[in-house]
Amino acid sequence: MSPGPVYPSSEPARWKYLDRIRTRPGPFTPQPFNGETSAKYMDKMKILVIGAGGLGCELLKNLALSGFKNIHVIDMDTIDISNLNRQFLFRQSDVGKFKAEVAAAFVEKRVKGVKITPHNCKIQDFDEDFYMQFQLVVCGLDSIEARRWINATLVNMVDEELDDTIKPLIDGGTEGFKGQARVILPNITSCLECQLDMHAPRAAVPLCTLASIPRQPEHCIEWAHVIAWDKEKPFPQLDKDDPEHITWLYQKALLRAQEFNISGVTYSLTQGVVKNIIPAIAATNSVIAAACCNEALKIATNCAPYLGYPENNYMMYSGNDSIYTYTFKHEKKDDCPVCGVSARELTVDPKWTLQELVDSFATRPEAQLKKPSVRAEGKTLYMQSPPSLEAQTRPNLEKTLAEGLGLVDGQEIGVTDPAFATVSFKFKLKFT
Amino acid sequence: MLKIWSMKKEQQKAENSDGGAAGGAAGGPKKKKVTAAQLRVQKDLNELSLGTTMRTDFPDPDNILSFILYIEPDEGMYKGGRFSFTFNITPNFPHEPPKVQCREKIYHPNIDLEGKVCLNILREDWKPVLNLNAVIVGLQFLFLEPNASDPLNKEAAEDLRNNREMFKRSVRSAMMGGSVRGEGFDRVAI
Ligand SMILES: [Zn+2]
Repeated sequence: MSPGPVYPSSEPARWKYLDRIRTRPGPFTPQPFNGETSAKYMDKMKILVIGAGGLGCELLKNLALSGFKNIHVIDMDTIDISNLNRQFLFRQSDVGKFKAEVAAAFVEKRVKGVKITPHNCKIQDFDEDFYMQFQLVVCGLDSIEARRWINATLVNMVDEELDDTIKPLIDGGTEGFKGQARVILPNITSCLECQLDMHAPRAAVPLCTLASIPRQPEHCIEWAHVIAWDKEKPFPQLDKDDPEHITWLYQKALLRAQEFNISGVTYSLTQGVVKNIIPAIAATNSVIAAACCNEALKIATNCAPYLGYPENNYMMYSGNDSIYTYTFKHEKKDDCPVCGVSARELTVDPKWTLQELVDSFATRPEAQLKKPSVRAEGKTLYMQSPPSLEAQTRPNLEKTLAEGLGLVDGQEIGVTDPAFATVSFKFKLKFT
Repeated sequence: MLKIWSMKKEQQKAENSDGGAAGGAAGGPKKKKVTAAQLRVQKDLNELSLGTTMRTDFPDPDNILSFILYIEPDEGMYKGGRFSFTFNITPNFPHEPPKVQCREKIYHPNIDLEGKVCLNILREDWKPVLNLNAVIVGLQFLFLEPNASDPLNKEAAEDLRNNREMFKRSVRSAMMGGSVRGEGFDRVAI
């Protein structure tokens, strides 16, 4: 029995095989390739993980074990006892603590040399300056709203003059046995907003079924949620995280179920239906997180072609009926409200009236809008229709842009015209 | 390290017809960006065809995500009434449908006494490709063709199914502010 090679510590051995992959070219490695610099680059790069839940735990573990050294993680949630079956970085004693913090500490302890910085907050709490520091963003989110927000932020950050403002976004998502991994190169390839139709809106039961012929325990819970709550208003505002509120809904649903001889209404089912929790399967999270992590490794080192460019950018995985995976190119949409219209610079005189600005759109070669409606975020400047809004905003036409309407240099405005039903325009005002 | 940069250049070469590039120097205070949901609602509002029977009211014109729609049907059993609906659109539009509620207590098989509306495209059949105009057309249709097979007000649906003439009379009396089956209704007749 001869002893194996002895390393000063176990650490270099840990990276031995990883280094073979990231420093040596393979048959598909794009040329030119310099393995030495690839590995060094990876050591220095900063990567952001959004979400420290089911996918997030897997992502953090995988990324750390793939040699990423500087990872940040954002999650606003705290650990619930029901997370423990699959969010394996958490223990019972962690219940109530922040997910990002506990996950970061756990992985740092297990993988020597990795630094993980937790942020116990919402992604919306940070601005572009924060996101600009990363070279890569990996998302493991369960909310479409959060996905749309980070997507729009990363697309808006792209400055055509500055290459490193393009932050590749790797997005993973799972629902039961199904999942997807996709890579978005902001402004270059199809973005999450372009792909919104890939998410089926939540399956809803017709309101009249809930009201008159419930057949399933879920129908009774939805009835309590959308009909009984509104009628009786037991609390001013429904808080889905308040056990007292869920208990109220549970009891209402239970009575309703008894009335219709339906069994199966429980407290946890009530919580699941109300919070729209799709049962998460730990192994689906593993599959998807692993795919996302490998793409991150390949994007960072270029050791092999990756998902996202020039063709395929979307991998769907379905385990509902045996196993099926399909990788394809989701096309960028010209009329995408996020990436289809990058805000063009519009040189205007701040002393112009809004009428002058509106008229100018008719003659601009890139727009040629005869009936433009104009809004800034949170401020309706002029709408051609509907008539009531036209009347309300008409007085604005006489006001000047800066002084009268309070617009500022660099402000973004959205312009639509019924003649261009599918296109909208965004402009960034540049004052002369 | 990322080869995106060179790809980007290639792509630009291919598209170099494009005129004014966005960008400009960084720095300065952060300006609010126009969000996708807002831009989409702006477009949808431009495309509303209200005709002579509908109009809108925006309590705050700067907030286009919240408004009231008035419908005055010019035919059918609900002719002569004025019905109003609140529209509340979430930042997740058009992934989520707008939330629509009738502001008056009315006698209608597909609208309950709290104003909830049973219209398929407001719930189970909503798709992001649908727009606000599809919703107002749907609402208008509910007044022309109340539907007894999708009841939200079960009593009204029963009445419609059992005796159409009597249902019509009940609609008239409810619109005048009277009671039907012991339930009082808001006066909506104009
Ligand atoms: Zn897009």
